[in-house]
Amino acid sequence: MKAYFGRRYLVSASHRLHTLALTAEENRVVYGKCNNAHGHGHNYVVELLVGGAVDAATGMVVDLVALDRAVDERILHRFDHANLNLDPLFADRVPTTENFCQAIFDLLRDALPAGELENVRVEETENNFFECSARG
Amino acid sequence: MIFLTRRAAFSASHYYWNEAWSAEKNEQVFGRCANRNGHGHNYTLEVTVAGEPDPVTGFVVDLKRLKDVMEREVLSAYDHRHLNLETPEFKNTIPTTENIAIAAWHRLEPAITAAGGATLSRIRVYETPEIFAEYRGEA
Repeated sequence: MKAYFGRRYLVSASHRLHTLALTAEENRVVYGKCNNAHGHGHNYVVELLVGGAVDAATGMVVDLVALDRAVDERILHRFDHANLNLDPLFADRVPTTENFCQAIFDLLRDALPAGELENVRVEETENNFFECSARG
Repeated sequence: MIFLTRRAAFSASHYYWNEAWSAEKNEQVFGRCANRNGHGHNYTLEVTVAGEPDPVTGFVVDLKRLKDVMEREVLSAYDHRHLNLETPEFKNTIPTTENIAIAAWHRLEPAITAAGGATLSRIRVYETPEIFAEYRGEA
């Protein structure tokens, strides 16, 4: 029987929205306060949805401890309390939450201990969130 | 198609244990959840139904009736209970969050279907604010 397991993680990180494709003035217009040269930060909530058959012996889609370990290694260790702009992934990509969400999806897609990564939701604040789904 | 979701809370205790395994294996796989004295959670049940708004009432489903169905079919059986010891579906099935979502679906689906107008679309059960499971009626 197919079910879904969901887990929410906290990632506190800083970023600055700025692209070399635009002039300094254009960056200020497009990104507003998010273009502040010194950056700013968020408490991002990363919510994963993992789909798969419920294991008959354990009653689980995925083992929580194993999932936490994979997420810790791939995501939390890398991005929590870090400056997203300095990560190689964002060397030539603006660390918008759209791009951050896609990056998390790509880093975890083949790293789960069981099940399929169905959806990644990244909440930048309580009022805006972004989702990236296996369905495209 | 409109999707309508109603939340409810229940508090229950449980433990994880597979009778086919040794105590060592249960403790290795389930960790602290294997404590046979049980532990508890404040669960949140989210029931999502799908349908078209009734042309007269504008409702997909009467929320009061949905609340009553959730109360009668799920909360009266689970709230302030020990799931392993007091609910028949978990006599031989481990009450993981996944299995609670599946069991809640089976408890609710006949009554929601019988009421007409809307179909059950999704059950989500939060074990904590950070951990949840979902069932959509898939095989």
